[in-house]
Amino acid sequence: MLDTFNETIFRLATLDRDVVSIAALSLRVSLAAVGVGLLLGVPLGALVAVARFPGRGAVVALLNAFMGLPPVVVGLFVYLLLSRSGPLGAAGLLFTPSAMIVAQTALATPLIAALTRQIVADAEANLGPQLRSLGLSAVRRSAVVIYDVRFSLVTVALAAFGRLVSEIGAVLVVGGNIDGYTRTMTTAISLETQKGDLSLALALGLVLIALVVAINAAALGLRGYAARAYGSA
Amino acid sequence: MDILRRGVLTFGLIAALGFGPQLVLAEPASIIVASTTSTEQSGLFKHILPLFKDKTGIEVKVVALGTGQALDVARRGDADVVLVHDRPAEEKFLAEGFAKARHDVMYNDFVLIGPKDDPAGVKGLDVLEAFRKLAAAEAPFVSRGDRSGTHNAELRLWKNADVDLAAVRGEWYRDVGQGMGPALNTASASNAYLLADRGTWLSSKNRGDLTILVEGDKRLFNQYGVMLVNPEKHPTVKVKEGQAFVDWLISKDGQDAIAAYKIGGEQLFFPNAAN
Repeated sequence: MLDTFNETIFRLATLDRDVVSIAALSLRVSLAAVGVGLLLGVPLGALVAVARFPGRGAVVALLNAFMGLPPVVVGLFVYLLLSRSGPLGAAGLLFTPSAMIVAQTALATPLIAALTRQIVADAEANLGPQLRSLGLSAVRRSAVVIYDVRFSLVTVALAAFGRLVSEIGAVLVVGGNIDGYTRTMTTAISLETQKGDLSLALALGLVLIALVVAINAAALGLRGYAARAYGSA
Repeated sequence: MDILRRGVLTFGLIAALGFGPQLVLAEPASIIVASTTSTEQSGLFKHILPLFKDKTGIEVKVVALGTGQALDVARRGDADVVLVHDRPAEEKFLAEGFAKARHDVMYNDFVLIGPKDDPAGVKGLDVLEAFRKLAAAEAPFVSRGDRSGTHNAELRLWKNADVDLAAVRGEWYRDVGQGMGPALNTASASNAYLLADRGTWLSSKNRGDLTILVEGDKRLFNQYGVMLVNPEKHPTVKVKEGQAFVDWLISKDGQDAIAAYKIGGEQLFFPNAAN
């Protein structure tokens, strides 16, 4: 055990260029999926919070449940969609970073929508009556409330990023863990564990954790700065 | 709404960074090879693929799965070439028309691994005798359980040893449903017996108290074959590049590259393409 840790420190000191490009791919895929997930999930969540329509309760329950979608199942679903024999096979996306972004977006969107809905619903409890009295449409009201809670959405984005960058099920199935192309931090860690190189796996794991901590610190710092500069959150 | 708009722009930018490079940059010619965990995890591909790329400029992307899964990926048209090791499964793939030709590439062998103190007493036995003894002693045994070439080879050995696995299997028989590496890790953590390919065994860094107990039996022979996926089944198959890879593997260059791959001075795969 102690030997593994000692060796891990040594491996950390000697991590090579490969690790940098693997980490960069992990970041690129997960950040892109968070970005697309925000574009889709924030308006969706806000609309569900603000609008009144039949079946709304069911939609809310579904969104909340989908926060816990098993990544490997989402991966399998996207795999079958993108396979050459599947409906979107012509695009030739399977086993590419784009396929991983698609799968991770499918994981991120419900999570972002569900969390946004909660935040917007809480804010709307205060703002809603006033906005409705102005006769604004549900879409306009959503936009106003989103603007009001914009700083809280940073936390939503971070939650989604944390889930994506640490998941392996979806990226492994649709990316294929191809060396130098679709190998991410998590699939590399899993591969090294499988090969029995536990110290390298652990070293990669520490790099992943450090990255996640750094991104969270940066985002929260930025949020604090923006909140002070542009109004309270 | 300024901040909203700026936010949208920012995320659009991030998304573009994610997708962009693939849409913009013309990628070098590349093929997808569905292969086995044993070839990937033993490090063979890391050794031979750069040589192939230097020669042809073609990038080979390897998706490493069990043999059964690798063939399924190819059946769906998601790979250009398969390099696997399960003769009966390969023959079936050919018979279904998913490939037109199959070529022998190389072989290595399976070895029966077990604890150094060998509680079941199988060291040096004939492999079928060893399997019978393992079942009789109900010695802890780790099985791949993943329809891989190694798993199918193990099942054939039980059958040829006249052991009715369904009748005798119990807690001693641990079906892990994973690749060679995890199966080895499990066996090493629980001091169990298992059937492994020699390449993955040699390259494993987590052998614990395990050692080779039975080897060299001709029934432990492990042949690898390569096939180009039939473009008539899947028009998206990259015939030119895929065929170039198949041809190179069975050419003198490719065969020499395979023979040159060694770990600790030991050769892992023995080229035997018919030329």
